[in-house]
Amino acid sequence: MSFLYIKRRLINVLACTLASLAMLIGLIWLGWILFSLVKNGMPGISWHTIFSITKSPGGGGGLLNAIAGSFLMVFTAVLIGTPIALFVGTYLTEFGQQSRLAKAVRFVNDILLSAPSIIIGLFIYQIYVMQVHHFSGWAGSFALALLVIPIVVRTTEDMFLLVPDNLREAAFALGAPRWKVILHVVLRVSRTGVLTGILLAVARISGETAPLLFTALNNQFWSANMNQPMANLPTVIFQYAMSPYVDWQQLAWSGALLITLFVLSLNIVVRVIFKQKPPIH
Amino acid sequence: MKNKILSFLLVSFFTLLSTPLFAGMTLIGAGATFPYPLYTKWAESYDKQTGVSFNYQPIGSGGGLKQIQNGTVDFGASDKPLSMAELKASDLVQFPTVVGGVVPVVNIAGITSGQVKLSGTVLADIYLGKIKKWNDPKITALNPGVTLPDSMITVVHRSDGSGTTFLFTDYLSKVSEGWKKQVGSDTAVSWPAGIGGKGNEGVASYVQRVKGSIGYVEYAFAQQNNLAYLQMINDSGQAVLPSLKTFEAASANANWKTDTQFAEILTNQPGANSWPIAGATFILMKRIQPDPEKGRVVLNFFAWGYQDGKALATEMDYVPLPAPVVALVQKFWKENILNKSDKPIWP
Amino acid sequence: MSSSFNKLFRTHRKIDRVVYGVSLFFAVLLLITALLIGFKLYQASIPSIKAFGLPFLWSTEWNPVLEKFGALVPIVGTLLTSFIALLIGIPISFGIALFLTELAPAALKQTLRILIELLAGIPSIIYGMWGLFVFAPLFADHVQPWLIENLGPLPIFGPLFQGAPLGIGILTAGIVLSIMVIPFIASVMRDVFEIVPDMLKESAYALGATRWEVVWNIILPYSRVGVFGGIILGLGRALGETMAVAFVIGNAHHLSASLLMPGASISSVLANEFTEATGKIYNSALSELGLILFGITLLVFLCSKLLMKQLHKR
Repeated sequence: MSFLYIKRRLINVLACTLASLAMLIGLIWLGWILFSLVKNGMPGISWHTIFSITKSPGGGGGLLNAIAGSFLMVFTAVLIGTPIALFVGTYLTEFGQQSRLAKAVRFVNDILLSAPSIIIGLFIYQIYVMQVHHFSGWAGSFALALLVIPIVVRTTEDMFLLVPDNLREAAFALGAPRWKVILHVVLRVSRTGVLTGILLAVARISGETAPLLFTALNNQFWSANMNQPMANLPTVIFQYAMSPYVDWQQLAWSGALLITLFVLSLNIVVRVIFKQKPPIH
Repeated sequence: MKNKILSFLLVSFFTLLSTPLFAGMTLIGAGATFPYPLYTKWAESYDKQTGVSFNYQPIGSGGGLKQIQNGTVDFGASDKPLSMAELKASDLVQFPTVVGGVVPVVNIAGITSGQVKLSGTVLADIYLGKIKKWNDPKITALNPGVTLPDSMITVVHRSDGSGTTFLFTDYLSKVSEGWKKQVGSDTAVSWPAGIGGKGNEGVASYVQRVKGSIGYVEYAFAQQNNLAYLQMINDSGQAVLPSLKTFEAASANANWKTDTQFAEILTNQPGANSWPIAGATFILMKRIQPDPEKGRVVLNFFAWGYQDGKALATEMDYVPLPAPVVALVQKFWKENILNKSDKPIWP
Repeated sequence: MSSSFNKLFRTHRKIDRVVYGVSLFFAVLLLITALLIGFKLYQASIPSIKAFGLPFLWSTEWNPVLEKFGALVPIVGTLLTSFIALLIGIPISFGIALFLTELAPAALKQTLRILIELLAGIPSIIYGMWGLFVFAPLFADHVQPWLIENLGPLPIFGPLFQGAPLGIGILTAGIVLSIMVIPFIASVMRDVFEIVPDMLKESAYALGATRWEVVWNIILPYSRVGVFGGIILGLGRALGETMAVAFVIGNAHHLSASLLMPGASISSVLANEFTEATGKIYNSALSELGLILFGITLLVFLCSKLLMKQLHKR
């Protein structure tokens, strides 16, 4: 056994150990955060927490209006953002491809993907809220939709690109018009991947606070009126966590636990049921 | 299965959307974080009694001003009163609602609430970074009989803008020429020393954890977090503890004037029992109300708060305005908050 | 027969045109929206640009009372925290990707992958809360004193680790950010590692290469474009992260050599100060900060595109 051989083997062992350590570190972070969430949030979770609305400190409130508001706004944002993003993705892969416009759109999309969400919120405030002179659930949804779109555009484009060209060509050869090829071949084949992207976007926007601060504001009362300020979980969590009242702080942790559970189950469901290799965004 | 999930989502979505809209009115206010817990409690009570709901959101005093200027809320709230020039520029009116106090808190081994006394100048010097240790002669001179350790002082201030900072720095500016020149007063300043905590909670948590630290928080935070607060030596030379009584004493001696639209900053007020770092919180409304009916409802709410809301305020450690000031405020409403044809909208 | 076919063709062609039109419309709309966001930021920054000019970029002043502002501290904070995040995150992500592709037993692969990607799913406000209320106290009590004692006195690197153990600060923000970018970088790395043709790997093994040598000499060079792309993705995330950083960076407008001291990043300043900012210049300075961040992100992506082209060529 030459020295070189031993050295190589040692380096290999070292590298593999470090890699395993890295894996462990990653898992430790995850476990620690989840543990803290459960430890601090569990005591506050009850039927009451989920089914009564927010109240003043000591008033024995819950999170119902915040949960409902978040649900409404996230859902609306997805309803608005997904079709738009699908069309943009379609343009990028099926029509524009390597044209200058397509390259510009791709570049801009990546920038939007990394833009701080507070700037998106401020933008909607300037062009919408200030013009109509009130905060609203709609404004919140628009801001969230602007966050959904870049994510879904990116995923859709990646998924559409994975569809082999010969599938498209086969459809064309059979006489199918372009729109049928897009709808019945490309979209159909990549639908699980696209859906994954949509669900990942949902997970992302469910926890966003900054874009809602100046658009949906928040609402301490029950309201399902999208044209009025709307309660939402992230803002309530933020306000309550920074307050001095123990019951509010408890609600903040419980709300945080609820959001995380929702987002994580969404992620798990996506991966387990659909079993495809989703690109992470 | 997927279709079932989708239809469930759609059904719940539209069910939620179709819940009947509010029978009563909903009004929106936004701004200062200091009175937020109180306004929330008031709003709940008022809603129960009258069916009119007031949605108040604590986006910060600056935020409150911005929103009332843009007309996106029915009233704004600010911990810092505006000057006459600022009020004229945006055509707003302001009036106070309640009074509260800002309390310096410390974390010194063996020290409990009220054991240590500081004067305004010493406090300013600590925050200027001039006094660095707890057993500095300037501090020990004020505290005979109290053992102060030979350790560094860690100064904690706010990292975000806030009315609490405004009151605190305003006090320091009044008692220390050096502070006034070097730093000044505002909702956010350029701090010469120390670390910044986010929100009252952030400051409270740093003071709790860092030994030898000093910070400033709203009274409610000091109470709720069992922080050791200080006695302050006020303008009359008396050492006072922070309490509703001493806050009230500060506001009682205030010179509320309508010609400055109540822009009284209650720091360093005269009076043997006055807490030196007290302040009122203000409501901002448009002088000419675009919707006089809404404006009237808003004023009714605050009139209710001055009367029926008193008990709730004291419960939550806020000081209600004394009756003569309330009368002054309501007279002010009659004379200054008008509709488009220049007629008063209240009562 | 042929006329009904013609009708069908014409309808199809109409629909095709509509689909093309709508797709084009939304693509252009997206482009315009992004440009509009940039423009609105610029518009809001004009008063500040007029007041401070170019020196805004290297001034450390931040005085709301005197209305004098400078962007250097937030810029340095943004870049420094992102740098630390990548410094810590890239090796760990690499290790994780290595583990997932080469070392993990097949039965665990899927589960472990999902677990790591869960880190990306945790909302950023929760990272902030966890960072401030759980991580920072423990960091301050157990790790930082050790760092100050042992690394503080060292030459050259010493000044990076001096000061009081506060728990929050640039280093803490960097660490929290690194946890947030790990799932992104690790996932992309894992994806591109998997794509490397088995034949290449097996040839190397056949020649007697160790696992590590295969990774370092075969897999990594082959997938370097993808790896780089993943790193840029992580960087983009780190640059724009608002809430988590706002909670733990301390928001102090002081430049200090020590990583243990509080600092500020552009997005943390926006999150912490925008709500309370009064006055035209203050608000405008904050908008200008946002514009600068946009600019930094733009620059990073432009450079990455150029570098990717270079990597592709080789």
